[in-house]
Amino acid sequence: MSLEFLVASAIAVLSAAGIYLCLRGRTFPVVLGLAMLSYAINVFLFAVGRLMIDRPPIYDKSAAGYTDPLPQALVLTAIVIAFGMTALVVVLALRTYLETGSDQVDGHPDEHASSDGDGPAEGDAAA
Amino acid sequence: MGILLLSVLPFLGALLVACLHRTGRNGQALTAITVTSAALALLLFHTPGVMAGEVPTARFAWVPAAGLAANFFLDPLGLLFAGLILGIGLLIVIYARFYLAADDPMGRFYVFLLLFQGAMLGIVLSDNILLLIVFWEMTSITSFLLIGYWRHLPEARQGARMALVVTGGGGLALLAGMLILGSIAGSYDLTTILGSREIVQASPLYPLALALILLGCFTKSAQFPFHFWLPHAMAAPTPVSAYLHSATMVKAGVFLLARLWPVLAGTDMWFYSVATVGLVTMLVGAAIAVFKNDLKAILAYSTVSQLGLLTMLLGFGTPMAAMVAVFHIINHATFKAALFMTAGIIDHETGTRDVRRLGGLLAVMPITATIAGVAAASMAGFPPLNGFISKEMMLEQAWLTTWGGFGGLVALLATVAAALSVAYSLRLFVHVFMGKSKPELPQAPHDPPAGLWLPPAFLAFLVVAIGLLPALIAGPLVQAVSGAVIGFPPPLVELKLWHGFNPALFLSIAAIVAGALMLRSYRGLEPRWRTLPTIEAKTLFDKLVAAIVAGATWVTAALHNASLQRTLVVFFGTAIVLGTAGIIEGGGATGARATLPASPVAVAAWLALVGAALAVTLGYRERFLSLIFISVIGLVIALGFVHLSAPDLALTQISVEVVTILLLLLALNLLPKTPRQLSSARRHLRDAAVGVAGGGALGYSAWLVMTRDPNNPISAFHWANSYAGGGGTNVVNVTLVDFRAFDTFGEIIVLGIAALTIFALLDTAVRGASGRRLLAWVPDLVRSPERHPMMFVIATRLLLPFAMAVAIFLFLRGHNLPGGGFIAGLVVSIALLMQFMASGYEWADRRRSLDEHRMIAWGVLVASLTGAGAALFGVPFFTTGHDYFAIPLIGEVHLATALLFDLGVVLAVVGAVTLALAELSNVAQRAERLEKVDHPMDIDPSRGPEDRA
Repeated sequence: MSLEFLVASAIAVLSAAGIYLCLRGRTFPVVLGLAMLSYAINVFLFAVGRLMIDRPPIYDKSAAGYTDPLPQALVLTAIVIAFGMTALVVVLALRTYLETGSDQVDGHPDEHASSDGDGPAEGDAAA
Repeated sequence: MGILLLSVLPFLGALLVACLHRTGRNGQALTAITVTSAALALLLFHTPGVMAGEVPTARFAWVPAAGLAANFFLDPLGLLFAGLILGIGLLIVIYARFYLAADDPMGRFYVFLLLFQGAMLGIVLSDNILLLIVFWEMTSITSFLLIGYWRHLPEARQGARMALVVTGGGGLALLAGMLILGSIAGSYDLTTILGSREIVQASPLYPLALALILLGCFTKSAQFPFHFWLPHAMAAPTPVSAYLHSATMVKAGVFLLARLWPVLAGTDMWFYSVATVGLVTMLVGAAIAVFKNDLKAILAYSTVSQLGLLTMLLGFGTPMAAMVAVFHIINHATFKAALFMTAGIIDHETGTRDVRRLGGLLAVMPITATIAGVAAASMAGFPPLNGFISKEMMLEQAWLTTWGGFGGLVALLATVAAALSVAYSLRLFVHVFMGKSKPELPQAPHDPPAGLWLPPAFLAFLVVAIGLLPALIAGPLVQAVSGAVIGFPPPLVELKLWHGFNPALFLSIAAIVAGALMLRSYRGLEPRWRTLPTIEAKTLFDKLVAAIVAGATWVTAALHNASLQRTLVVFFGTAIVLGTAGIIEGGGATGARATLPASPVAVAAWLALVGAALAVTLGYRERFLSLIFISVIGLVIALGFVHLSAPDLALTQISVEVVTILLLLLALNLLPKTPRQLSSARRHLRDAAVGVAGGGALGYSAWLVMTRDPNNPISAFHWANSYAGGGGTNVVNVTLVDFRAFDTFGEIIVLGIAALTIFALLDTAVRGASGRRLLAWVPDLVRSPERHPMMFVIATRLLLPFAMAVAIFLFLRGHNLPGGGFIAGLVVSIALLMQFMASGYEWADRRRSLDEHRMIAWGVLVASLTGAGAALFGVPFFTTGHDYFAIPLIGEVHLATALLFDLGVVLAVVGAVTLALAELSNVAQRAERLEKVDHPMDIDPSRGPEDRA
């Protein structure tokens, strides 16, 4: 098994999980999904610079080689921005919950009293 | 220089009027009069030179890359139109002062009017077709404002909107046409384009360019079938109608036809499209005008008809016809503006514009009647007035024209139209001023103050003077302008009243007789006209607009029904389809690059990551547990970065991981922990399918990329210049603070904005419904009896200085070794946040001497000042300076301005992260009721020694 396969499959698993979670009906899983998608995208961007071992992009005249520093710089800021985005979304979710008493992404009221069935009727609005 | 001043004077005047709103109505009117007179004087100053063949120009580059230049020139055609714009403009400005009522905002009117004047002048003075378009659009917007000037009237608003939609839509077509024309000619300079007739007409794109340009001209000049907006624009105050809708704006289309005549005219396509549309418009407009009852509606349709006449003449494509068009432009401007002004006077004095309610005004309003009589007679084509001459010349040209093999067709139809125009002109005078006076008028009419009748009287004087002495007054101007239109010296024709007995004279007489007969039998004709099936253009227009709106609403609703899930499915689906298409297009086969073998540790880490991801996916309803698994994923990724030569990323990832988990924990504290399931099983299956498709596509494309060799990346430049140019050996950091510092600058601003938004969301959360919920909040988890474990409190306090030292170390070495502003900032944030966690919000908040808002602001400021500092040394924004300094005891130190920039990054990151988390814990703190806990291990660091019992 190659490292490239491990990274590619990790990207696949993370983004699949991220997409699935983003499509959930409550806010918190959507936040988790966004976090997972951010991991996937960051690793993807990083992988565009190809994988290298023991070739850090620290300049040295005698360095045998170096890995592409540009994707690393891009990913570094992307990680920080992803934090900012996650923070904003989770606070937005929190405020919405406090404001409406419901943590559904579309702001539908939540009947906590109702039985633990299969959820409300089908359809985009409730699901 | 004078030309530039001329083109900006009206705009300066508008600004001045707007600033002088305290001077009252007279002050504003006087300013507008002065500015317009000054511009007119400047124009007259240039007139002798232009008539003698000079072409004054003013040229400035604006957007050279796009071919857009602020080039102005004053040729005879521009001179004629500028004269009309400023001359009639001056009369209108005076007239409007007396016309507008006391409660109409005078300043607003003059500002709009002067802006319009400037835009019109810009059109006729532009020597660059892109610049011309800019002014063209400006006339559409200012005319919208002027038509809707009485904004409390619904018909004014509707009329304004309709005019904007029609002329604005035409403007878009015109823009496309002009771009094509410019690309054919290879330049957007009008002078160059006018000289490339052969190239343009031979181009396969000529028909398309012509069609689009004509669309722009026809909508602007209200040509059939776009004529319907003009009558609705009559909801504007009469000075506006007189100015825009007879003398200037509607002539812009005609102007452009004349302007581009040398390059576009002369083809069959030109003749059949332009001449035919003109002829039809002339007929339709005249026929409708005869049977309208509103004075201004009659004038509006007669304008449509006269514009059709001008279009038709230009469409003939012969130099002589173009010359007649030029002459008629002058004549029409004089008599039609005078008629509009008298219509305004009648409205003003009698309180109505309905022809059926008027009559016999000659006795009470002799001055107005005289002016109107002269102007109407000229419009009807009676000798010895100017309208007679140009109409007869028009009929002569029509007589000489063959349409599709039919010799007399154009002449016949033109004569019919002329007869109709005789009918409406006569009706205008006879039904208003002659006959019995109607006693039931809203007001007792009499002649208006001189300010209202003098402007139209001056125009009526011109009507007679040009009619009697055409060669003397208008001859040289017509000659010069015709030369400018057709592009070479025109045939030498002496304008004269008497042309002798020729076919045109008989056609003219026939038209007059037929028109007079038509008016005599008006009572019989009118009911028959009413029974004709009519198409109400406004209804069609409204239906069309409604259909477009409904279509747009449908598309919006289909894509976006306010459901996040629906929107995201569409979004992910589109991305997956596009991405898959990209993979297929790229071949989709594994590349030839050698892969790296995976160590057992790597496989174990991978297993941990995949397992954690699956655990989150399957058990996301157990929210606390999910967070633990998420942090496992983050940890594995950080380890992966370590393994794959990305130490900076590893440091960043691990510190971001810490703050992210803290943040989610804090938020989750107040959110439901294990809510019940919402979606159906089918929905879960669908989402899982979308997820697998998206993940597969992304993972596979990553695989494809990684198994191929890089294609000449630009990082070779970064590697080579990092130390030599940026003064640092950590290429990632040098990229962040130097090569791509502008990016980083943007990122810290975004981070700051996110933090401030979070602050705004949470700081207000303690009020209203959200505040009540916070107060009613009941902790739903088992609480530890120790709110602040002693060990944790002591450890974090001891760790704080060490953490700070680590942060400073990471910051200082960042330029050369892994570290840097982002990482240092995150480490500082974590150290501070630990204090909040261990010792409680109150304790930490009281000892906090930093204001995060200021830190964010200072961070952005320091970064931007560092960047701007480069300007002091004459180098571009964000250019790094660096040098080596010898400091006693410490030795040689390498300092770069990039370090200062990185300091800005640290400040912004610490400010943003701390603000977000501190604000979140503040809200949580408020929700927790400070109940007395009688537990021997419970301490509260925020209580002082005196509080402790």
